[in-house]
Amino acid sequence: MNPYDVNKVREDFPILKRKIYGKNLVYLDNAATTQKPQSVIDTVVKYYSESNSNIHRGVHYLSQEATVVFEEARENIQQYVNAKEKKEIIITKGTTDSINLMANSFGKKNVNEGDEVIISALEHHSNLVPWQQLCKEKKATLKIVPVNDQGEFLFDEYVKLLNSKTKLVTVSHVSNALGSINPIKEIIEKAHEFNIPVMIDGAQGISHCSVDVQQLDCDFYAFSGHKFYAPMGVGILYGKEKYLEEMPPYQMGGEMVDQVSFEKTSFNELPFKFEAGTPNVEAVLGLNAALEYIKNIGMENIARHENKLLNYATQELKKIDGIRFIGEAVNRAGVISFLIGDIHPFDAGTIIDHFGIAVRTGHHCAQPILDHFNIPGTVRASFAMYNTIEEIDLLTTTVKQVKTMFE
Amino acid sequence: MEVESIRIVEDEIIEEFAHLEGWMDKYNYIIDMGKNVPVIDTKYKTESNLISGCQSKVWLYAEFRDGKVYFSADSEAVITKGLANLLIRIMNNQKPDAIINSDFFFIKKLGLKEHLSPNRSNGLMAMIKQMKLYALVFKTKASQTSGE
Repeated sequence: MNPYDVNKVREDFPILKRKIYGKNLVYLDNAATTQKPQSVIDTVVKYYSESNSNIHRGVHYLSQEATVVFEEARENIQQYVNAKEKKEIIITKGTTDSINLMANSFGKKNVNEGDEVIISALEHHSNLVPWQQLCKEKKATLKIVPVNDQGEFLFDEYVKLLNSKTKLVTVSHVSNALGSINPIKEIIEKAHEFNIPVMIDGAQGISHCSVDVQQLDCDFYAFSGHKFYAPMGVGILYGKEKYLEEMPPYQMGGEMVDQVSFEKTSFNELPFKFEAGTPNVEAVLGLNAALEYIKNIGMENIARHENKLLNYATQELKKIDGIRFIGEAVNRAGVISFLIGDIHPFDAGTIIDHFGIAVRTGHHCAQPILDHFNIPGTVRASFAMYNTIEEIDLLTTTVKQVKTMFE
Repeated sequence: MEVESIRIVEDEIIEEFAHLEGWMDKYNYIIDMGKNVPVIDTKYKTESNLISGCQSKVWLYAEFRDGKVYFSADSEAVITKGLANLLIRIMNNQKPDAIINSDFFFIKKLGLKEHLSPNRSNGLMAMIKQMKLYALVFKTKASQTSGE
């Protein structure tokens, strides 16, 4: 195997040449969204330059051409996550949209008064609020699996929560705020002993780990394109056919219907039943291009490189007096969350920004987990395939500078 | 006339800023301001004295004595506290009318809006709005009292 050539990878990402406040951009906000390689950008431009047309409904050449590439993209996504059937790949707007689909379709049908839905304390608001609101409406109960002070999912506590009232377990693959990797294989196995289906919020998982939905045996897996080097506005909900078939449509309109009269409507088959309206074709094709790009580099190589960055960042930041890591799970991916002494994360972030370094500060849309640590937020650096050791050195130097300014 | 007393303080601040070279010095100045804010009494650090629109928590309180307004504030973030103190320095010890009618010309002059993130800039505007509101309430109360 050739050694991983990060400089060669960087050349594929035009935005990395940008200057911010006159300094080279150091982009460490990849958990919010990743940058896009040229091949993805070219795909979007080419689509509008040469192939733009509405899919699935035209007999004309362009429409058929667009339909073919769109459906090829679905097939490639199916293969990438190793879904059994192409129709198990539902195209959505993003992870949040996928989870809302689940809450409004699976949830409305299967969760009733007195039932329970299990999430973890690590969830992003997107995998919390839809279930909280559903439970409120249905007079059901949302059960929360606690974490320890390292930010690790407490498996024994989880097992205690499973019972005949549990209708769904829905947990993140990787925590966006802390980077903890949850033991999803074991979580799924355990729930299946009780015949409970499991959804995985893969928004942060898909970009750092290889995902094989059949091997995991998860019943649903949701992710976004934009955190995976693809355009914004596209996401996937993978679902096992047996569940998707039973679930009612969530949004009504074009594409998802079979026959319509003023009296009644019959719905289209999977996956179209869940794809109302014109989809974001450009983004789906962009996602396809991103998959190709990632496959060429190899997810294992990417994960190895990111782990090296994560370990190096931890080692270097640790040397700074007063640094506090928030979330120190043994199994972590892509994210390092920290505080510098008592300096407020917004103060730190403001100064770090002026050095051209993009980090995220605040609660990362996961307020409950920060409440667990009794802090208002953290500074979060998150890594992608194009980040370098030199960039981490810059971050470390900047953090030291911040410390001098505020202390 | 009353607005002029605010303008004098604004000019002072503009003058001080003019001597600062580069953004780091400017931030160091704001951080120093943050460390010297007239700190709000703990009993006023309540939910109702929180300013909405700021990313970090900011509490603001005002008192009216002898026809003039006196502010105190606190925030979790030092830069926010510094910005609050800039405003306090300008609006403290002023008559309500001066505060109500001021256009806070120094913000434009210092390019503060351009320099701050949109969130921080919104927070700054929210603080000004709250300070003007305090002034308006004091003015109304004062005119009611004098009318009796």
